[in-house]
Amino acid sequence: MSLDLATTRRIAKLARIGLEDAELETVRQKLDGILGWVDQLSEVDVEGVPPMVGTETEALRQRDDAVTDGNCRDAILSCAPEKSGPFYTVPKVVE
Amino acid sequence: MSYVIEGKTGSWEIVVGLEVHAQVVSKSKLFSGASTTFGAEPNSQVSLIDAAFPGMLPVINKECVVQAVRTGLGLNARINLESRFDRKNYFYADLPQGYQISQFAHPIVGEGTIEIELSSGETRKIGITRLHMEQDAGKLIHDQDPTKSMVDLNRAGVALMEIVSEPDIREPEEAGAYLRKLRQILRYLGTCDGNMEEGSMRADVNVSVRKAGEPFRTRCEIKNVNSIRFVMQAIEVEAARQVEIWENGGEVDQETRLFDAARGETRTMRSKEDAHDYRYFPDPDLLPLVIEQGWVDALKAALPELPDAKRTRFQSDYGIPFYDAGVLVAEQSVADFYETIAKGRDGKLAVSWVTGDLFAALNRTGKTIETSPVSAEALGKMLDLIADGTINGKIAKEVFEDMVETGEGPDAIVEKKGLRQVTDTGVIDAAIDAVMAKNADKVTEYRSGKDKLFGFFVGQVMKETKGKANPALVNDALKAKLDG
Repeated sequence: MSLDLATTRRIAKLARIGLEDAELETVRQKLDGILGWVDQLSEVDVEGVPPMVGTETEALRQRDDAVTDGNCRDAILSCAPEKSGPFYTVPKVVE
Repeated sequence: MSYVIEGKTGSWEIVVGLEVHAQVVSKSKLFSGASTTFGAEPNSQVSLIDAAFPGMLPVINKECVVQAVRTGLGLNARINLESRFDRKNYFYADLPQGYQISQFAHPIVGEGTIEIELSSGETRKIGITRLHMEQDAGKLIHDQDPTKSMVDLNRAGVALMEIVSEPDIREPEEAGAYLRKLRQILRYLGTCDGNMEEGSMRADVNVSVRKAGEPFRTRCEIKNVNSIRFVMQAIEVEAARQVEIWENGGEVDQETRLFDAARGETRTMRSKEDAHDYRYFPDPDLLPLVIEQGWVDALKAALPELPDAKRTRFQSDYGIPFYDAGVLVAEQSVADFYETIAKGRDGKLAVSWVTGDLFAALNRTGKTIETSPVSAEALGKMLDLIADGTINGKIAKEVFEDMVETGEGPDAIVEKKGLRQVTDTGVIDAAIDAVMAKNADKVTEYRSGKDKLFGFFVGQVMKETKGKANPALVNDALKAKLDG
């Protein structure tokens, strides 16, 4: 399996990572190396083996339906790059 | 009677599937303990999990699982005892995590059906493909600043059920009927309040067109339509747009569109052009959700009576027609109100008072069944007064209006205003004699064969007795005297 430049560019775009054309081939090679390494797994015969979803043996932990959190606007907004009054703000996005 | 668009090249039919996002009724969010109350101060109901602070881990709300399973059961759907959560990746300012936790390959609920009724009285089954749980996004506010959008994350992380239909819908009317029925079921179950104005139920509409007998053609998805009327309009205009493209030799592109209600058109949603590649993968923070069949069975046993079952029961228990039963069960509160009255009384009389005089009074006074000035008990009592002959049907209308106005009980009103029905034949005979004396000419006409005047005499006698005479007694006595 070999990753092409167009796919590399698309993956970068979907991940919102800006790449210069000069960097593209280097990134392609690195990603291709990772994929190739992971792809070794396909050599294992898993015929008839149910898919494993994790190493945990416990069930999904569930909580009761109660309000136990929130009401911490100042704390949350203190980390915002931009804010105005009670809001986060972002460059205008209108459809 | 199916819906077709007549084009230059012949008739086209429409193919529609709906994805409904229904906000789950729960106190706290799907994966955090922040409140879900609508209308709170911006960003006051946001936890560090909802704001996607690094290292915060989601823990699922048990009640949301209960609500999703109950909804699945209400839709006659298969419940999957094992389901999983995936990350749906995209960037948008209302989604702090950069991904939505959703269920992709393994939803909690599989195939089901909804039966809808059309205005023609015909019923149709619409298939449900699946129901899955996911997180809602935050809200963007665009009108407060010329260059900025404001972000309110109160809604971010609230549990949604996405309910996906099969592409079984063939008419705008069917889409409307489907949404109304779905909302009814959700409201009966108490799993979603179905309030489209507040956004707790929203629809994405998939539309394509085709010639009869063809396989499906390319579809477009119209996002986030927030009223049933707009869904029906959006389908009409989108289908017409697609027919025009095909007939002019073009190709319909598969894309996401917005419905602009003011202009009555749909248009491309540019920001979503790239968004179809969501790169789903299993959420490593959440184990598979495993539930037990016994637990599902217990939830099923505890479900309330749903609209279809209630309608059938009303027909058989109270002897009322299919149509009337449908009007009553449309809202559970109306059905309960009716049943309080109808139990042990004349069910047909009860339905005519509820859907006739009561609905008219609510309309006129701007009240709802919940705030009705006349309680079910009081209206029932009034029907008792009709049944035992204390008042007649005509006087009952007057008593009812008084009840609406004053909120007093029917007994008190009848006593206070002296509306008790006159059954004393002496009084009725006297009234008849008086009327006949005053209208000697009409008596002659009647006797020479103008039977139609009988109604006139009844009216005059009722007037003479201020409407209080027992109509059956008046009829008998009048007939005897006129013919005699």
